[in-house]
Amino acid sequence: MVIRSKSADDTAFMKPLEIVSILIIAALILVVLPATLDAFRLNLVGKYLTYAFVALGLVLCWGFGGILSLGQGIFFGLGGYCMAMYLKLEASSVANTKIQSTPGIPDFMDWNQLTELPFFWLPFKSLTLTVILIIAVPTLFAFFIGAAMFKRRVGGVYFAIITQAIAAILTILIVGRQGYTGGINGITDLRTLQGWDIRTDSAKQILYFVNSGLLIACILLAQYVKRSKLGRVLVAMRDKEDRVRFSGYSVANFKIFAFCLAAAFAAIGGAMFTLQVGFMSPSFVGIVPSIEMVIYTAVGGRLSLFGAVYGTLLVNVAKTAFSESFPELWLFGLGALFIAVVMVFPNGLAGIYHSYVDPLVARLTRRRPAETEQPLHGAPAE
Amino acid sequence: MIIPPNDPQKQFVLAVEALTVSFDGFKAVNDVSFYVDENEIRVIIGPNGAGKTTVLDLICGRTRATSGSIKFRDMDLTKMSESNIVLAGVGRKFQNPSIYDDLTVFENLEISFPRGRSVFGALTFRRDAEVRRRVEEIAETIFLADHLDERAEFLSHGQKQWLEIGMLLIQDPDLMMLDEPVAGMSVSERKKTAELLHKIIKNRSVIVIEHDMKFVEDIAHRVTVLHQGKVLSEGSMDRVKHDPRVIEVYLGH
Amino acid sequence: MFGEYSLGELTSIFVMQGFAGLILFSVFLLMALGLAIIFGQMGVINMAHGEFMILGAYVTWMCSTFFHGYLPALVPIYFFIAMILAFLVSGALGVAVEWLMIRRLYKRPLDTLLATWGLSLILQQFYRSVFGPREVGVELPQWMLGSLPVTDVIEIQINGLFVMALTTIITIAVAVMMYRSRWGMQVRAVVQNRVMAGAVGINTEKVDRYTFGIGCGIAGIAGSAFTMIGSTGPTAGQLYIVDTFLVVVFGGAASLAGTIASAFTISQAQSIMEFFLSGSIAKVLTLLAVVGILMLRPQGLFVLKVRR
Repeated sequence: MVIRSKSADDTAFMKPLEIVSILIIAALILVVLPATLDAFRLNLVGKYLTYAFVALGLVLCWGFGGILSLGQGIFFGLGGYCMAMYLKLEASSVANTKIQSTPGIPDFMDWNQLTELPFFWLPFKSLTLTVILIIAVPTLFAFFIGAAMFKRRVGGVYFAIITQAIAAILTILIVGRQGYTGGINGITDLRTLQGWDIRTDSAKQILYFVNSGLLIACILLAQYVKRSKLGRVLVAMRDKEDRVRFSGYSVANFKIFAFCLAAAFAAIGGAMFTLQVGFMSPSFVGIVPSIEMVIYTAVGGRLSLFGAVYGTLLVNVAKTAFSESFPELWLFGLGALFIAVVMVFPNGLAGIYHSYVDPLVARLTRRRPAETEQPLHGAPAE
Repeated sequence: MIIPPNDPQKQFVLAVEALTVSFDGFKAVNDVSFYVDENEIRVIIGPNGAGKTTVLDLICGRTRATSGSIKFRDMDLTKMSESNIVLAGVGRKFQNPSIYDDLTVFENLEISFPRGRSVFGALTFRRDAEVRRRVEEIAETIFLADHLDERAEFLSHGQKQWLEIGMLLIQDPDLMMLDEPVAGMSVSERKKTAELLHKIIKNRSVIVIEHDMKFVEDIAHRVTVLHQGKVLSEGSMDRVKHDPRVIEVYLGH
Repeated sequence: MFGEYSLGELTSIFVMQGFAGLILFSVFLLMALGLAIIFGQMGVINMAHGEFMILGAYVTWMCSTFFHGYLPALVPIYFFIAMILAFLVSGALGVAVEWLMIRRLYKRPLDTLLATWGLSLILQQFYRSVFGPREVGVELPQWMLGSLPVTDVIEIQINGLFVMALTTIITIAVAVMMYRSRWGMQVRAVVQNRVMAGAVGINTEKVDRYTFGIGCGIAGIAGSAFTMIGSTGPTAGQLYIVDTFLVVVFGGAASLAGTIASAFTISQAQSIMEFFLSGSIAKVLTLLAVVGILMLRPQGLFVLKVRR
């Protein structure tokens, strides 16, 4: 008995079209943008691309797994703060801070009458530990939240609201404990990384390329997850959670994994944000930034890894353009975007691409439509 | 009336004893006991609301029992998680076809293939020759060999039912529970399904919930009649059919 | 932490903070009532709920300005007119939003959440453009100012009392509507079995629309009451939305009694802690406790067990 099934042979890591897509993204952010933008604009794009890490995580977690987290700012912020704490300590050497009443601790601690570095700052004296903690702290925190909630079958809108509440709690905590966290201003005045001045144009350029390289690595990692059976289990779970459970899978573990991976991506983005922008503050942690990060994913197409990058860039470019010329129009625009992307284009840019551009390309290259990219994995999650 | 185990040493595949579950005071299943033998086909019948589906929910761990015990071979299912119950060898088909609309038939079956069910396992799962062979073999059995690349959403109702049966089959469970497998099917689909069930029930025990009496008569070794959460009667179809209490509440209508 | 206070002082503190907590309770409850109807009964997450409340507050502010400017004779009772208007305006907007947006999204609750968030951004910017970015406060009629001295340390503000009385009345009205009126019966029927309710002749779409409208209208009244104890700005609604959702979820989404009990618990805990700890830590502890309890008992505190 021989049945040739296309599905059965479909085991490649990337389909041809996906390889083309990732090459286009790589060319765009590694060649085209650096070649055409001045240092200031390039740094701005670098900042936007740090949000793309968050959007990428949300594609796996929300688009595929159907788990909408409205608290991704938590992980972006934790990653960013870990990086900022290391840089702040380096900037607060005894020599730099000798005018303080306690030299050698960050300035805001001195202003708040702290005389000693709080214990949780100590690990950030080491770069190795810092790099580990940038990933570990947010991922473990996500694991804790995920385990507590998914094991008890909290999902859907309840999960969304609770992650939002946690984002709110963390913001209040950071703002309220000024002496330990830098308060509302965040951790500012970051200067060097192991003696290398990160404020210069050349450093920013190098950081831009590091950031872009990491982003592409994360896209490839996400692509691997998407193409593995785990990616299909996530889609299956979104569809019929009970059926997956009664096929012998521990649904909670899969959700925890997706949520932790999204958190780790966000954390990398946060750390790169701190490095490129030179500060971290609670305004990237709370409810509003967290939900804004969801719109990047939604605009790009919640099921498209590549769309996450384009969506993030597009929304942020629009935001900057509007805020520069018509600040009062931006919120109207953003609000309308939320509504439009839900009601009119639930699959975002990727959806538009697949329904309009793809058939066109197929016609132009005289391929039969049957051979084009398979439709995306279905309708938006419920 | 319950048929007690003749021999206390005898090994049952499934032993349900004094099972009770109450929802906010209402006893949906009330002191139910029954025993399923090796390779037995047991059909559970009863009017709507008798607690049939709830009994399956209890066995597969979807609902937790208030009291009573469910023994599957030597394991106490009341204390196990749903996924562990599946891993122990209990498979269940839902009343409404429960399949993954957004995946292809092939992928639907592949997900149920009993390998790589941990997070790490799923990440490193390879679609090797054995997986393909099994999936294609099952697809043949459930009449879907020509539909492997189709998205499950586009199957007909009957085909969806078969697909879900196929998803159970690929797990190769020792105890298979089917909730109304022929409901909503056309006459020809029904016939094909009966044929399919006859094929797949070999070498395993099966619990079926069904309303179609002709179908029940056709496949059942023994029948358990539930009524208002209690076991009303049990035995061969012939015997149950002539039980006056059963006639009164069920067959008589 | 109690060491530095005498017993008498402590009692006064608890009474005063308890009273402040009661006002907070009233605000929470008023906001939560609308949400309890919309989220609890319909399962719709309306992130713009705070903005519906602010709409009521602005309506009240406009009334206050209008009556003080043109009809000074009616100033003592303008508040009641304002409340009715607030209900109607917010309710009408709610009906419109349901018709244009929500009804297309009933099967996608997470998308509803995002869309209503978009709506909230638009409304905020609308308020900012129309009423200006600064906070506005209403002029209270004379009889609402001042306070009643209970003992020489304890004083109770009249406007606070008024808000509490209002809350009581509205809560009773909602309870009567939900559990005694034909509308309430239809709403509950639709919630339990939409298809069946439709089959027995209930116009489920109409029920949805008016349920959403009434929920928003009640938010409008909440906003109206809110002006008596605080000022109103374009983004004031956002500050309360998460708290309010936690109140509703904590109480068990479908239970009115649960909503009342949880609004009471959360507001009292927060306001009493606020006196001894800094405001931010009190808030953090309250939210943490609520989130923690929800993790242990996700279905809320006051929900019965049913077959899933």
